[in-house]
Amino acid sequence: MIIVKDLTKKYAGATAVDRISFSVAKGQIVGFLGPNGAGKTTTMRMLTCFLPPSAGAASVAGFDVLEQPFEVKKRIGYLPESPPIYPEMETVDYLRFVGKLKGLAGAELEKRVAYACERCSVADVKTKLLGKLSKGYRQRVGLAQAIVHNPEVLILDEPTAGLDPKQINETRDLIKSLAGDHTIILSTHILPEVEQTCEQVVIINKGKLVATDSVRNLQERARGVESVVMEIAARSGVLDPEPVLRRLERISGVGRVSVRQRAEQAAVFEVESQKGQLVRGDLARAVVESGWDLHELRAAAMSLEEIFLELTSSATPAETKDATKESQA
Amino acid sequence: MRNTWTICRKELGAYFASPIAYLLLTMFALIFGFFFWNALGYFVIEGMQMQLRGETIPMNLNEEVIRPLLSNVSVVGLFFIPMITMRLFAEEKRSGTIELLITSPLHDLEIILGKWLSALILYACLLLFTALNFTFLFMYGNPDWKPLAVGYLGLLLQGGFLLALGTFISTLTKNQIIAGAATFGVCLMLWVLEWSSGYDSATWALVLAYFSVISHFDAFGRGVIESKDVVFYLTGIFLGLFFTARSMESLRWRS
Repeated sequence: MIIVKDLTKKYAGATAVDRISFSVAKGQIVGFLGPNGAGKTTTMRMLTCFLPPSAGAASVAGFDVLEQPFEVKKRIGYLPESPPIYPEMETVDYLRFVGKLKGLAGAELEKRVAYACERCSVADVKTKLLGKLSKGYRQRVGLAQAIVHNPEVLILDEPTAGLDPKQINETRDLIKSLAGDHTIILSTHILPEVEQTCEQVVIINKGKLVATDSVRNLQERARGVESVVMEIAARSGVLDPEPVLRRLERISGVGRVSVRQRAEQAAVFEVESQKGQLVRGDLARAVVESGWDLHELRAAAMSLEEIFLELTSSATPAETKDATKESQA
Repeated sequence: MRNTWTICRKELGAYFASPIAYLLLTMFALIFGFFFWNALGYFVIEGMQMQLRGETIPMNLNEEVIRPLLSNVSVVGLFFIPMITMRLFAEEKRSGTIELLITSPLHDLEIILGKWLSALILYACLLLFTALNFTFLFMYGNPDWKPLAVGYLGLLLQGGFLLALGTFISTLTKNQIIAGAATFGVCLMLWVLEWSSGYDSATWALVLAYFSVISHFDAFGRGVIESKDVVFYLTGIFLGLFFTARSMESLRWRS
């Protein structure tokens, strides 16, 4: 439904989006994930034909955004970061206005407006001025505006930003209920949102694609590496973490070892090991035999949050390539 | 065409749902009412003095009341036009609603024409108030309606030109005040350009004077449609809207 290939956007002196590629199948919900300023909004703006790409191509519903923007625009519903509402209009007039812009007319228009009101639960504020609505209602009117012409693709830029927790849940449920009828791309920097609502994730950072995969696969992949957290203390005096690191790294099956926290006497280490290899016993024995105290040893659960942090903070170009390759495979 | 009308209706709604339209209409009605009162007062006094002197040359409402009033309207219009156009694009850019318009299946030209047309309709509503005053002249005197109609045509053409310029300037900024101030500056400049021909008849002075919007209104005020004036205003409207379209296009490449 959406195919993005080597999409690039350059501004004077800066590259906001750098050769990202991904695709979205019909009826899916895709989470577009990245820290603030990663290029999410720019990418979405290119998909909605608001901004022309500097290089690369993107097609939505089978139409190229540069070649046939008109056809693309007919088939998308777009909710920008702040809902594009006119404060001096009433809800229902506003939805009628948007419906007309999208090419609806007559009875069909009235039907769709009523449907969108119903679906986004804004029917009770139909005749209120948009400027007087609360943030939650405005957001829902924004969503109603996006679905009023029954578009094949919905592009939602941070649909839950600025809402209170209850409204966030309502909005998420609403978005989930819209999937199936529509193909949805939603951007967010909130991870639980992706875990809860999306089937697939596209992670970008500093304009580059970091990973694109299904939520389940990403979690699986995270479990491929087992992580153990250990708190180790010196029996007396100050603990120098260096020898501990070296000692732990010598154990077979252990991958990366890093210091998470350190204090005078003790330090917390994170030890990665290959999945399936039980190295915890070896670790404990090594610590005790070397004359240190073992205060804690537990398996660290790798949540999507950690994957995300890892991918976005330490992603070198090589890793990026791996991530892309894996997802394509 | 349908989309143009949809946009135009929405803009008119915005003018009339907020105090803007009513404020402008009230101010304009007051200012024009004052002009009318003065012009008519002067006319009446002069008429009585002529009677006392026993002169019998018939006085002409068209020449002595309507014509100066129309040229007053054309100048006052310069001050009102920035207030009409400043919000057209600047407001949409600031609030982000421009994204809705641009990502809808519309041609830029439909958006631009819709907005310009709504501004022209509001401007025509201002002119309607002057018609109210002129009605009294028709009730108590018998002026010729044709020069008046030509005058209105001139006002609409001149207004259309300046509104197109204002629409263009509004696309350049997110700030309504800046759009308004810049439009006002340009309008004022286009008015005073005419002065250059007052003391100098060198080519540059005549060229400058040619670009003055006011000098092209004179003939309309007299009730004469000169094709060169019509061409001037129509070209101006076309250029203003053309630049607006180019500016909107560049919005996407720049932002």
